Amino acid sequence: MAIKDLKIVGQPVKLRDLDTHVTGETVYYEDIRVPRMLHLKMHRSIYPHAKILNIDTSEAKSSAGVVCVLTHEDLPGKKKYNGLAGVGVGPEDESVLAFEKVRWKGESVVAVIAETPKQAEAAAAKVKVDYEELPAVFDIMEALKDGAPVVTDHWPNNHYIFPDNHRAAQVRYGDVEKAFAEADHIVEDVYQTQPIEQAPLETNGCIAVPEGGDGRITVYSNTQGLQFSLDVTADILGVPTSKLRFIGGTVGGGFGGKVDLQPEPITTLAAMRTGRPVKFKYTREEEMRVSSSRSAWRVEIKDGVMNDGRIIARKITTYQDSGAYLRFSSYGGMKHCGHMPGPYTIPNVWIDSIVVFTNRTPSNAMRGFGVMAGSFALEVQMDKVAETIGMDPWELRLINAYREGDMKSHQKEVEDAGMVETILAAAKLAGKQLPEEFQKMSSLDRKAG
Amino acid sequence: MASRIVSLKVNGQNEEFIVGALTSLQDILRDTLNYTSVKEGCRQGGCGSCSVIIDGELRLSCLTPVQEVDGSEVTTLEGLNQSNSIAALQQQFIDKYAAQCGFCTPGMMVAIQALLDRNPNPSRDEITEGLAGNICRCTGYLPIIKAVEGVVAEMSGASGD
Ligand code: FES
Ligand code: FES
Repeated sequence: MAIKDLKIVGQPVKLRDLDTHVTGETVYYEDIRVPRMLHLKMHRSIYPHAKILNIDTSEAKSSAGVVCVLTHEDLPGKKKYNGLAGVGVGPEDESVLAFEKVRWKGESVVAVIAETPKQAEAAAAKVKVDYEELPAVFDIMEALKDGAPVVTDHWPNNHYIFPDNHRAAQVRYGDVEKAFAEADHIVEDVYQTQPIEQAPLETNGCIAVPEGGDGRITVYSNTQGLQFSLDVTADILGVPTSKLRFIGGTVGGGFGGKVDLQPEPITTLAAMRTGRPVKFKYTREEEMRVSSSRSAWRVEIKDGVMNDGRIIARKITTYQDSGAYLRFSSYGGMKHCGHMPGPYTIPNVWIDSIVVFTNRTPSNAMRGFGVMAGSFALEVQMDKVAETIGMDPWELRLINAYREGDMKSHQKEVEDAGMVETILAAAKLAGKQLPEEFQKMSSLDRKAG
Repeated sequence: MASRIVSLKVNGQNEEFIVGALTSLQDILRDTLNYTSVKEGCRQGGCGSCSVIIDGELRLSCLTPVQEVDGSEVTTLEGLNQSNSIAALQQQFIDKYAAQCGFCTPGMMVAIQALLDRNPNPSRDEITEGLAGNICRCTGYLPIIKAVEGVVAEMSGASGD
């Protein structure tokens, strides 16, 4: 049966809201119209690391149009959270509104709610916080040195402790050191990536609307994790989830940049306190500076390679910059482990994936969480291996590509392998001539070709 | 600087408001008149999501104080929806998958209409140039450019790709 005869597989699917996108009728969260809406603006820390000595909101409170001012003292339930606590990730290390210390420049300290966005902004600027600045650390490797400033008390050595009490998410398969001793070549390098802002065209935000006297609140949000946002909000506010109704919908771009779960809890609290609808929308500047970015990564790879191109050992140590708080980084670190050592069958593998804390903006997901930096490092490394042993980089990848039934370093057999065919198809498209024995290779049979 | 009364013709309707010196056209269109196709990607002139046509010219409504355009005619995507040329463009957008999240789409539509109004037969370079002020984070632009080329081909009677 040819693809063109199939009804679903291989056929384009029309986007659900494409028709209203082109007329401008798609409803994003801030297109919801509610009367008497208030606006929330955040007073944010001006230091990357400082002790909070005093928070003075008196001037902000008497500023024109201000209806409500919220500090950590107004939080009814938890003062700290982690977005994945509901699925067992912890500890809850991040302040909802900063108290005792700020740990990154831009951290939320005081929420100001006023009749207009301008009034809220003017009043937020009048909040006075006395700080005692503390030494800060901005680099992964610096943070791991003895005597580095400690970012949070949860992590005295500035790195996450995985639930099994390990410093890293780990893969141990075969014996890499023994294989290195037997290898014809050792190829080693370090690969680093910088943080990247997802920069969705629509910034993070939500509108919380009280629904009458019994305390129910409806929240219109552009979060990418509606269920997580709901759970975290209920938890922080100490109310049952049955009191909250979260409505998502079309998101104006996310790319992982809308899973911070930051706007909803505080906006919902503001709606509860004021009894009026409240909107909190990040400015473009907040989106760029405050919402989490992709993390910075450092990937160290050491390969043991034979003259015929077989990679017999791969040792990887990865450091991920989580910024000041955990957010989803341990998940990203584990996913990174699952992705490495790439789509290749290597009999000896050793991986340590370490989550490091610094006084930078907390990082979070972005398209291929934990995977992109890994793939970048792996594929540049593959080219370097090819160059070192004087082999064509296409041929090197074909020799090492996993085949159906191979055992992966994660102790799982490869199913539905398609790497060889993918490389061959790419070679064809790119006009790359491969020797005949390579063209005959197959994912189903390592001996083919 | 004082508030004053400003009158505009928006999408064919006469409107009058009392506005402060720096009240933006964007705020009036979105919040007062509920033309929600006018988006707010940045409120600082960087993204094009708030594009409108003022007296035949493409403008960013977020950087336009209403007082400065007193007496003008303003067209948003809601206004363009009524004309025939936009229907062809909308179909091309659908056919070429030129929208994903859709947040840039209204601004793109308006910018493309303004481009075609002044140049009905733009080259690829002229299309790129005409959309240079509109950011799209999803599509990679090529489907949008192809949609415009499709409309141009249709209008000139050639069979578009
Ligand atoms: S909102 Fe006007 S250019 Fe971005
Ligand atoms: S379709 Fe999402 S920004 Fe253009």
